Amino acid sequence: MIRLLGFRLLQAVMVAILIGALTFLLMSLLPGDAAYRIAAGRYGYDMVNSAAAEAVRAELALDQPVMWRFVAWIGDLLTLDLGNSLVTGRPVIDMVAHELGSSVRLAVGAVLLSFLIGPPLGIIAGLRPGGWLDRLLLLISTATRAIPHFVLGIILVLIFAVSLALLPSAGHGSFAHTILPTVTLALGLAAVSSRVARDATVAVASSAYFAFGRLKGLSAFKVFMRHGLRNIGVPVVTYLGVQLVYLIEGVVVVETLFAWPGIGHGLVHAIVQRDVPMVQGAALAMGLMFVLLNTCVDLANHLIDPRRRDA
Amino acid sequence: MLLRKKHRLSLFAAAFASWLSINSAYVSAEDRVFDVVAPFEIGGLDPAISGFIFQRMQITETLLEADEKGQPIPALAEKWSVSDDGKRWTLTIRQGVKFHDGSDLTAAAAAHSLNVSRSSAGMLRNAKIESISAQGNDVVITLAEPFKPLTALLAHSSTNILAPAAYDADDKVQKIIGTGPYQVTLLEPPQRLAAQRFDGYWGEKPSIEKTTYLGAGRGETRSLMAESGGAELVFQLDPPSIARLKRAKDVNVLIGAVPRVVMLAANAGSGATAPVEVRKALSLAIQREGIAAAVLRAPGTGATQMFAENVAAWHDPSLPALAYDPQASRELLRAQGWIPGADGIVEKDGERLRLKLITYSDRPELPLIATALQAQLREVGVEVEVAVENASAIPAAHNDGTLQLALYGRNYALVPDPLVTLLADFGNGGAEWGPLGWNNPQFGETMTALLAADDPAEQQRLRNKIVALVQEDLPLIPIAWYRQSIAVSNKVEGAAIDPFERTFGLSTMRWAE
Repeated sequence: MIRLLGFRLLQAVMVAILIGALTFLLMSLLPGDAAYRIAAGRYGYDMVNSAAAEAVRAELALDQPVMWRFVAWIGDLLTLDLGNSLVTGRPVIDMVAHELGSSVRLAVGAVLLSFLIGPPLGIIAGLRPGGWLDRLLLLISTATRAIPHFVLGIILVLIFAVSLALLPSAGHGSFAHTILPTVTLALGLAAVSSRVARDATVAVASSAYFAFGRLKGLSAFKVFMRHGLRNIGVPVVTYLGVQLVYLIEGVVVVETLFAWPGIGHGLVHAIVQRDVPMVQGAALAMGLMFVLLNTCVDLANHLIDPRRRDA
Repeated sequence: MLLRKKHRLSLFAAAFASWLSINSAYVSAEDRVFDVVAPFEIGGLDPAISGFIFQRMQITETLLEADEKGQPIPALAEKWSVSDDGKRWTLTIRQGVKFHDGSDLTAAAAAHSLNVSRSSAGMLRNAKIESISAQGNDVVITLAEPFKPLTALLAHSSTNILAPAAYDADDKVQKIIGTGPYQVTLLEPPQRLAAQRFDGYWGEKPSIEKTTYLGAGRGETRSLMAESGGAELVFQLDPPSIARLKRAKDVNVLIGAVPRVVMLAANAGSGATAPVEVRKALSLAIQREGIAAAVLRAPGTGATQMFAENVAAWHDPSLPALAYDPQASRELLRAQGWIPGADGIVEKDGERLRLKLITYSDRPELPLIATALQAQLREVGVEVEVAVENASAIPAAHNDGTLQLALYGRNYALVPDPLVTLLADFGNGGAEWGPLGWNNPQFGETMTALLAADDPAEQQRLRNKIVALVQEDLPLIPIAWYRQSIAVSNKVEGAAIDPFERTFGLSTMRWAE
């Protein structure tokens, strides 16, 4: 357990350095003049001109060598100072905290909701492989996963906001606003986790130990609760780690569609506007969140699967 | 064992419940709130950055306002006068005006805001200002050279007047403390703010009490919000959504002309487009009405000259319209030595006429118009490569002289008087959003004469001449006139489109009974 946490901590430090270096390098390799981009981000397309760009260049000392600015960033990072946004002038840490909070609320809700939808359906389908529910679920989950988030979100908005007028279509600030973006993300996650749970259930239900449990006289319910659930849990939770990539990708699209002030949305804007400190801050937060969630997955597996504790 | 599982299940249930409660903590009694949705994000508190959002939400105000014709009218300054040499402006500050923090508006506070604005990338840079100071109850602005449109600059959102307490020691804006009929109650950049009626407002109190603003960049999102009743006012609709929203029963779509023009800039100083005949050939190849009807879904907005009838002062009804005549276009090119090659693209000295057109996607219709132009110019043998870039690519390419063609939507009402924007764009041989390499001494003389002219008839003659000179030389080729579109819920009355894009009109709207 301690080894696991120690490893993840080391990983977090490596991620931080790598992300910082890579974003810095990639951002400085992008074509186009950063001063113009930042000026456009600040003052909008109607007001951007060379005078504004030159003022930005002078104010932010963009003429300094790239290496020098990178070393300065690492130095600031060691003192936990992420700097100020080049566009808004606000501290990056405040902006990232606001955006990350919104994204985490969305992502956590989506994961929890997907657990309520996906695995239970998958398990029921897996207990009767080839049954009508199994086949129907295969169709629905394939279709749901194949539809891009953007389209899925619009379909949900058209049904629940436009036609039925039950929920707000976009925006944030109230619980009702969180429902549609959360469901959009959760459906995509549940589509996959239901398949993983279904396959795991089929494997478990056809295993020798499962048959033996029945043979020794346990009821179908008991053998499932004692010997089935835990074994199904391991692949489902492990696969969640893989799906986190999908979640982060989905967050970017869903946030833009639903006007949600999240980190993915913020990152895209920052890249367009060449707001290097903001890109670094946002990428850093996302990278560390990735490590943190993977750690949670490891810990969950550690609890579910006793065999690993001895290893 | 079973018990432990139940325990775990309840743990999971507890996690979900606590997530629900975290989110539901945000629920509040929000009935009768006027929600505004627009594409603009709140980039920062500096009036030069997002001042226009606070101005349109009527949270902040400027010293002067504009009437529907763009003429200056008093706002925070009650009256103004200019010395005989045109260099010293005196603006008398209105008495009894309170900032949202309860402090009084004074000439010193106004002068401070203007001085901060002057030092940033705001509009005041267009006038050669020597000093801004408070003298008693007056703000006195001294200029190095006379500048008649100063009144228009003082109505621009970058000159919003904020309370002294809004700034920190380095004069960075920390809070939005304005004088408008609404005051900020919540500010969550980059997307959201909430405001409520300010009871100490000096003017007529608005009827609508609470309002919110949401920045939603995607046109689809905004249209769906309008359609589902998620917002009372949705600003800037994408053309394909307008037809659908017009059929929705709870929404009214308002469309109004604004002084924004889709322009195709062609390098008049170097390259293939340097001869005026080539630029004329390009113009003749463009079927403007087709673009207006099919791309902008607004028949009748194809530009026949630089400005539409709605900008009455700058529209000359007697000017011959920009024509569509591909045959004449081909002949002009041929006369310049551009002969069609094997694949139809014209060539001269073995070189194909290939031009790079830069545009940007912040206004979603521009890339569509660009590809329409690409197809239309192909018809006369001009090959166009469309590059959709960041908006700043155009000023950058203008600055280093590599610009060949650029397509953009230029707002000539950045301040209520189009002359200011024209002067900045066309003055001194052209700036980033104006001509490149175009030098017509007549144009410069006419501009100077217009700046000095006082007689309205003479001013009109000079404005007509300016428009005619652009039409003749085509350093910028007008393509289409913009129309602004908004969707308004039928729960409210009194909505209107502000042609100068200065306000969403909250204070003049009311809830329908």
